[in-house]
Amino acid sequence: MTTALIVLAALAGIFGLILGYSAIRFKVEGDPIVDQIDALLPQTQCGQCTYPGCRPYATAIANGEAPINQCPPGGETTILQLADLLGVEPLELNPENGAESVVTVAVIDEENCIGCTLCIQACPVDAIIGAAKQMHTVITAECTGCDLCLPPCPVDCIDMVPVKSETSNWKWPLPDRVDAAPRAK
Amino acid sequence: MTNINDMTEFALILLSTILVNNFVLVKFLGLCPFMGVSRKLETAMGMGMATAFVLTLSSVCSYLVNEYLLAPFGLEYLRTIMFILVIAVVVQFTEMVVHKTSPVLYNVLGIFLPLITTNCAVLGVALLNVQEQHGFLQSAFYGFGASVGFSLVLVLFAAMRERLEVADVPVAFKGNAIALITAGIMSLAFMGFAGLIKL
Repeated sequence: MTTALIVLAALAGIFGLILGYSAIRFKVEGDPIVDQIDALLPQTQCGQCTYPGCRPYATAIANGEAPINQCPPGGETTILQLADLLGVEPLELNPENGAESVVTVAVIDEENCIGCTLCIQACPVDAIIGAAKQMHTVITAECTGCDLCLPPCPVDCIDMVPVKSETSNWKWPLPDRVDAAPRAK
Repeated sequence: MTNINDMTEFALILLSTILVNNFVLVKFLGLCPFMGVSRKLETAMGMGMATAFVLTLSSVCSYLVNEYLLAPFGLEYLRTIMFILVIAVVVQFTEMVVHKTSPVLYNVLGIFLPLITTNCAVLGVALLNVQEQHGFLQSAFYGFGASVGFSLVLVLFAAMRERLEVADVPVAFKGNAIALITAGIMSLAFMGFAGLIKL
C-alpha cells in the first residue's frame, strides 16, 4: 500500500516537472487577452484614447494601465463588451476622450484640394490616395471616420459626412444593454 | 543489430495493426474521434497526426512505466490508472507542442485534441502491449502501427463523408446515419483482411 502510494506520487511528480518545463519551453508568444480586447475595439486607429492606435490601447488595458472607457468610436457597446470580457464594472465614456458620435466618413472637396499630401500622412489606415500637387481622394470603404485628417488640411477641404444606411452597409443593430451587460457568474 | 527475424516481426506487427487488426474497424476502439473529427479531410489528417504522435509516445512510455516501475514493485494492479496518467501527460505535452508549432491546427482540432486522452484506442494499445508481453521496440511499433491504421481509416472515412455531404441521400439517412452505415460497410471491407497474416 505504502509502495503504491509512493510510486504513484513519484510518477505524478516527475510528470508534473516534465509538463511544467514544457509549459515554459513551448510558451506561446503573444498575449491572447490583448487579441481578444483588440477584436472588440472598433479599429478606427483614431488615437482618441491617447494611444497611437487600437492595439496599443488594447495592450494598455490588458496591462491595467488604462481604463476601459477611453474609446469614443466604440461608445457604450464597446465599454460593456470590454467590461464583460474583463470581468470589471462598466464605466461611463470619459468625456476627455470625446463624445460618441454617428459613424462618418471623410470626403475631400476635390475642387479645393491643393495636393499637399498632409492628410495622407495623417491617415492611420491609408484610406487617402493622391500625390504631391495632385488632387486627393478618400477610399470610402477604408475610411474609419477618425477625424485625424481634418486638422492638417491647410485649406479645410475635408468634410466628415455621416454614413447613410444602405443595403450595402446596413447591419443588424447591436444587442441592447440588457444583452451586453455582464451576466451574473 | 536487428536480424532478419526481427525485421519480419516488426513488418508483421505493422501490417497486422494497420490492416488486419485495425483498431477502429476491427477492434472497434476509438470510435468517438472516428465519428467526431471525420467531417473534413484536413481536420482528419491533423487529428491522425496528433493521435499518431500521442499513441506512439504513450505506448512507449507506458511500456517503460510498466516494466521498470510497476513490475519490480509488484504493482500490476495499478496499471490502468498509471497508464491513464501517462496518456494524460503525453496528450498535454502534445497539446502544448501543437499550440506552439501550428496554431491553425490547434484551432481546427479544438476540443478533440484534449479528448485524445479519452480515446480508448490509446489506452487499449497500452494495455494490449502488456497483455501480449511486447518488448520495447515491439510496443513502439504496435503503437505506431495502431496510429497509422487509425489515421488511415480516419482519412479514408473523412474523404467519403465529404462526398456523402453532397450526395443525394434519402432524408432519413442524412448526416450521422449514413456516416454510421458507411462505417459499417468499411468495417465489413476490413474484415476481409482477417486471416491475411497470423502473429
